[in-house]
This record gives sequence, structure tokens and C-alpha cells, in this order.
Amino acid sequence: MQGNTASAEGAIAAGCRFFGGYPITPSTEVAEAMARRMPKIGGVFVQMEDEIASIAAVIGASWTGKKAMTSTSGPGFSLMLENIGFALMTETPLVIVNVQRGGPSTGQPTMSAQGDMLQCRFGSHGDMAVIALAPDSVQEMYDLTVKAFNLAERFRCPAFLMADEIIGHMRERIELPDHVDVVDRRPLESGHLPYEAGEDGVPGFPVFGTGHRVHVTGLTHDERGYPVTTDPVLHEALVRRLVGKVENARREIADYRVTNPDAEVVFVCYGSPARAVQQVVADHPDLGLGILRLRLVWPFPEHALAEFPNARVFLVPEQNLGQVAREVERHVLVPVVSVPKLGGELHTPAELLRAIEEARSR
Amino acid sequence: MSFADWLRADRLPHIWCSGCSNGTILNCTLAAVEAEGWDPDRTVFVSGIGCSSRAPGYISTDSLHTTHGRALAFATGVKLADPSLNVVVFTGDGDLAAIGGNHFIHACRRNIDLTVVCMNNLIYGMTGGQGSPTTPIGALSTTTPYGASEPAFDLVALAVAAGANHVARWTAYHVRELERAVQTGLETPGLSFIEVRAGCPTNYGRKNRLREVTDLAEYFRTKSMLKAKFDRLVAEGRPVPSDAIVVGEFVRRSNPAMGVVP
Amino acid sequence: MRRELRLSGFGGQGIMLAAVIVGRAAVMYDGMYAVQTQVYGPEARGGASMAAVVFDDEPILYPKVSDPDILVIMSQEGFEKYGANARADALMLLDRGLVHSRPSCRYYEIPATEDARGILGKVIVANIVMLGALVASTGVVSREAIERAVLDQVPKGTEDLNLRALRQGYTRGEEARE
Repeated sequence: MQGNTASAEGAIAAGCRFFGGYPITPSTEVAEAMARRMPKIGGVFVQMEDEIASIAAVIGASWTGKKAMTSTSGPGFSLMLENIGFALMTETPLVIVNVQRGGPSTGQPTMSAQGDMLQCRFGSHGDMAVIALAPDSVQEMYDLTVKAFNLAERFRCPAFLMADEIIGHMRERIELPDHVDVVDRRPLESGHLPYEAGEDGVPGFPVFGTGHRVHVTGLTHDERGYPVTTDPVLHEALVRRLVGKVENARREIADYRVTNPDAEVVFVCYGSPARAVQQVVADHPDLGLGILRLRLVWPFPEHALAEFPNARVFLVPEQNLGQVAREVERHVLVPVVSVPKLGGELHTPAELLRAIEEARSR
Repeated sequence: MSFADWLRADRLPHIWCSGCSNGTILNCTLAAVEAEGWDPDRTVFVSGIGCSSRAPGYISTDSLHTTHGRALAFATGVKLADPSLNVVVFTGDGDLAAIGGNHFIHACRRNIDLTVVCMNNLIYGMTGGQGSPTTPIGALSTTTPYGASEPAFDLVALAVAAGANHVARWTAYHVRELERAVQTGLETPGLSFIEVRAGCPTNYGRKNRLREVTDLAEYFRTKSMLKAKFDRLVAEGRPVPSDAIVVGEFVRRSNPAMGVVP
Repeated sequence: MRRELRLSGFGGQGIMLAAVIVGRAAVMYDGMYAVQTQVYGPEARGGASMAAVVFDDEPILYPKVSDPDILVIMSQEGFEKYGANARADALMLLDRGLVHSRPSCRYYEIPATEDARGILGKVIVANIVMLGALVASTGVVSREAIERAVLDQVPKGTEDLNLRALRQGYTRGEEARE
């Protein structure tokens, strides 16, 4: 199965019944799979006029209680940013699959990249916290799409599957589980205000048409959902709650894999470069290499770096100029070496070995 | 129940200036949904950004106040995901015809079952009176200080050409006709587009000799021309005043529509 | 054991489809692991297209083919771009009528397009003839597996034609190996 198709199947398994999208390489196969599948399972597929409309329709659909998703790549992701902020502000659960390609601008439509990792984290205006997953296999395109839905529903926020062209277009073996654990948004209980959050910072969800008569606005709003745009205290409390509900769950939702915790040279990786890293580590057991592979990149699991107490250097291979390397750097005292690869291809094992050598000689 | 029961009393007073037409248009729309016997618990009002788009916030139903220009795209998602909901969109000339122009023509093309009420006051009111795509040539605004020089959009012609099932234009002066037009829109499967010429005394009227509400009412009364008369003049090859506001129903048809309960 | 296959030709020959079929045969019917990747160009027809498959008995870590053991080359442009620098101990199957150059590594000349046009009457099945020759000469997957995978992937009504193409390919592959 192809990675993009696996993502669509994962979405369906997680309960997705609305897809709004716009064709863009290298993500189009997700939309095509949804176009084939949705009508057969009582779901809705709509091809919108652009990516702005796509995410808008997905947000609208989510308010009717449907699990909803869109898929895109860099240029479309850029167009979606304003409404991603709207989804964050209005606490709308949804999933955005970004199969990353080379940028800036139209860049390399058919080549792989991881250049949108910081755009995902910070791209919409205002302060925010986001949940972003990064698959390194076709299996994970499926598994982590399911997980993205579960996290979006649980925390009432957009969740991102930050894939890359290599994983999206790759075909490989996948085991489709007989059963997947599915999380559904908690409904708003009567007697509670629409934006009155529980202890976890997440309010119950008032589905449109169920009598809650909720007002949903991107303006700063009070617990009733009504706009209150000039009260500094209320605004700060709202933004801190929106950020806090995700940031405070950092340890709980962290998802990473540790290989060789005693290692002195440790790779931090996610997405397709992780495949090259695993090959090098498997081929060279003598080099004492460790791996921290992130399946969830945001919120960044900084505590995971402490799983390597002997680390003398962290190497971060990415298909960008060091977007997550910068984040690693913030949390450790030992050197962090970015191993960037631009141009759309995967790091070769030889390139990684050269990076190890250089790091050791520092 | 009367139309007043559709309002969120705890949200009043509204933000609109005295003399603004938006309240009148809101009242006409609510009178229409009330006359249709719609259930407030099964009705959703959607809007974008601008003075017009504050309307859903005053209505006691589920309401979605979205981003600038995108109301129709959000409403498309709501209606396709749950066609059993009644969905009405409030928008303005800047929201609909400028930043949201693409969504406007595509919503009409899909002929999705929405009723769209556009409060066209020929100006960006909320941001303080800048020219919009419907500002007439020669009109003054803060961004057309020497008179607007770009041709204006004919929103009704756009909606008709793009495929909407029901298209009408009235002014805030024509409250009964407007209420009936909205009601027709609510009853028509497919997209219904109702352009309402609205007055903005604060930001448009002040610069364009329509400062007083009475001036506005008089303007709408005297400049409006029924579509039937307009068609007759054109057919007879007689002149039509260039500033005539042609009002009436422009199309009512039953082309296949999206978002209708099967 | 890891084996790496690269296929190249011009757009429209069904290079991608051939890669998908042989990968599917390995995973679904031979119980192996396989990863299929490809280079996407903007053109749907013409140009040099390239697809690759990694086969292994173990889970595959590095998914890309950099230095293939086996090459299937079906156009001159494909040869120049993706075949000319094949490593010395590689094996290349090339379409005899469409590739004029010859590599320095071992190679088999397969008249895939000639057979597809002449014997089978449909030039479109040249890729399937080539797959048959690949399987018969290298054994990357079993004959049973490739036949089932071909039947999974080809349009309804063309099953018989495609199986005949595959078997024609077996014959050519066996001849070449002798």
C-alpha cells in the first residue's frame, strides 16, 4: 500500500467521515483515496476551490460533530494558516495531513522535504501550541493518522500529520489492524458553558444542531463564546489555556522510540531520515550509536533527551536546514549538530557516517 | 414565538451605528425564518468578518463567525456534513465580493442549499470607510479620496451567471419585499442569494451626501427601479439612469442542488 | 538478503506499474518485505521515468535504491540517465529494440516491445513481457506470485493478454540466461 493511501485508510478507521481538499502534489493520493472511499461508507468528500476553502469546510463539518480531515503540501499549507489559527482559537478538532515537498514557494513539487516543521509550529499568527506527528513508514502513515484524530478529539485542536514525500509516495508492507482504539470528543454537558474548560483545559464540545445554541467566533471570547475583545485579563487567560492544554500534556502524549540509551553519539530524527539513521545504526553496531526517533515532534518531548545520559553529541538529520535541531539545542548542554539535506533526496548512509566522523572529531 | 425571540438578549445592544441598515436586514431575515417556522435549535447562522458578519452573534442559534471572506466555505462544510441543518449566511460586500469572491462563485456553482444575505453598503464599514469592489465610480472613501475609479461588481449578475437557484436584490428601504425574498430563499433548494443595498451613514454617507437616515431612505426609494420596468425600458431601447438600483427577483429555478436532504 | 531493482523507461510504458506489481508480488504472495519508490516528473508521457524496488527477507530500513543489483531499462534516455553507471556486478535487462547502448555490466537483451507488438499484438504489454523476463532470469519473486500480482493490478478483460505477455517474458528470460 502507498503511504498516502494508508493515511486515508487510517483516517477512516479513526472515524473520519468528512474530507475537504484541493489537489496538490505530493499529497493528492490522500484526497483521491477519500474520493473513492467516502461515498461508500456514508461519509462526505468535497473538492473545494482552494486550500483556504478546504480547511474552512473541514472546520464547518467538525462543528456538526463529524470527524474531518484535509490533506495538502507546502503551498496549500501556507494558504491554510489563517484558518488553522481559527481552529486553534475556536477549539475545533480536525486533522491536517501535510505531505511535505521542497520549498520555498512552488519549489520541488515531487521531491521530499521537512521544511514546514516550524511553519506548523508557529505559522499562524498569535501564540499557540500544536500537536504534530511524523511518520517514518507506510505503517505509521496509518497508525499516526489514527493517533492524530484521537489527539485532535481529546484536546479539541487541529492535529498535524507532518509526513514527507518519500513516506507519502512509498509503497511497502502494512498490517491493517482488526481493531483500532478510537477517541471521541467529550460532549458539552448541560449546565456548563460552551467554553468552560475542565481540569485538563479542554471544554466539552457543543455539536451544532443539538440545542446548545453556541456562538463560535475567532475573536477573543468568554466562556459563553461571546466576543470580548478589549479585556486584557480575559485574553491572556484564554491564550494561556489554549497553549497550556497542549503544553501541559507534553509528557503524557510524548511518542518516541529509544535505541541504545547508553550511546555517546545520538541521532535525533523523525520522518524519512529516520530510515537512513536506522540503517546506519544496524550496519555499524561497533560505533555505539543511539537513536531518539520522534513519532510526535510537537509539543517537543524535551525530557526524552535525558534518556541518553552518556550523550556527548546529538546529530539531527533533517530535510531542512535544522528546524528541529534548533529545538534540540535549547534543551541540552552538549553539542548539537544539524545534518541538513536539501534537494529532495534521502540522506545516504555514507553521508550520515561522514557526519558521525566529523562530530567525533570535534 | 416572534422574531424577537430569535435574538440573544444578553448580547444587546449591538455594535452597529445609528442609521445603519444592518439591524433592519437582520430583522427582515429573522421575520422570514420565523414565518417559515424554522427550529432555532436546528438553524445555523454563518458569517465572515465585517459589520454584517456580527449579525449571527446576536441570534440565539448555533452560529459560526469565521474568518474574512470565508463564510461560504465554512457554511459549505456545515451543510454538506449535516444537510438536515438550516444554514443562513450573512456577509457584506467586502467579505463576499473582494476577499471571498472565489468562494462566492463556487458556492453558486455548487448550488449548495444555503441562503446568503449580503448587506451591500458599498464600503468597508468596520475598518473605517475604505473603498470596496461595489463602491460606485466617483464615490469617495478613505482609499478613494479622489473618487473611486474602478468599475464595481454587479453581485446579482455574478450569482445568476455562476448558477444560484434564486437571486434577488432589494434595499433596506423595501422591508416587506426583502422579508418575502428571504423567505423564498429559505424555501428554495440550492443557493439563494439576496443582495440588500444597505446604508452606512457613518462611513459612506458622511462622504457621499447620504449622512442622514432620511436621505438614505429617500435615496433608496427614488433610485430603485423594479426589474420589470428596467427590462421594459431596455427592451424598448429607452435610457435607464446610470445610478438606478434595479430591484426584484432575477432568477428562480430548480437546478440540481448540493447539501439537500436526500 | 537485500536485493535492489531499478526500472527505467519513458513515461507511458508502465514502468511505475511494473514496479508496483513486482513489489506487490513479493509482499502479498511471497511473504517477503519490499519497498517501492519512484521519481516523479511533471510529465505523464515521455521523458525518463524511474521506479525502484527493494526486496528483503527482513524488514527494510533504508527504503531507497542507490546502487541496484538489477536494472530493467526500456528506453535509451532511461539508459543514459539511470543505467549507464550501473555497477560492474549488476545485471541489466534491456529492451533490445529501444535501447541502443550496452552497459559494461552483464546484460540480457529482451525483445519486449517487439514481442508485445508482434506476437501479442498490443505494444502496451511490453512492461509485462519485461516483468516475465525479470522473474525468469533473476527469481526476485516466484512465478506464482507475479502472476497473481499481475491479475490484481491489470484492468478487467485484459487478464488473458497480460498472462500471455508474462509467459512470453518467461521464455525470453530463460533464453537469455542460457
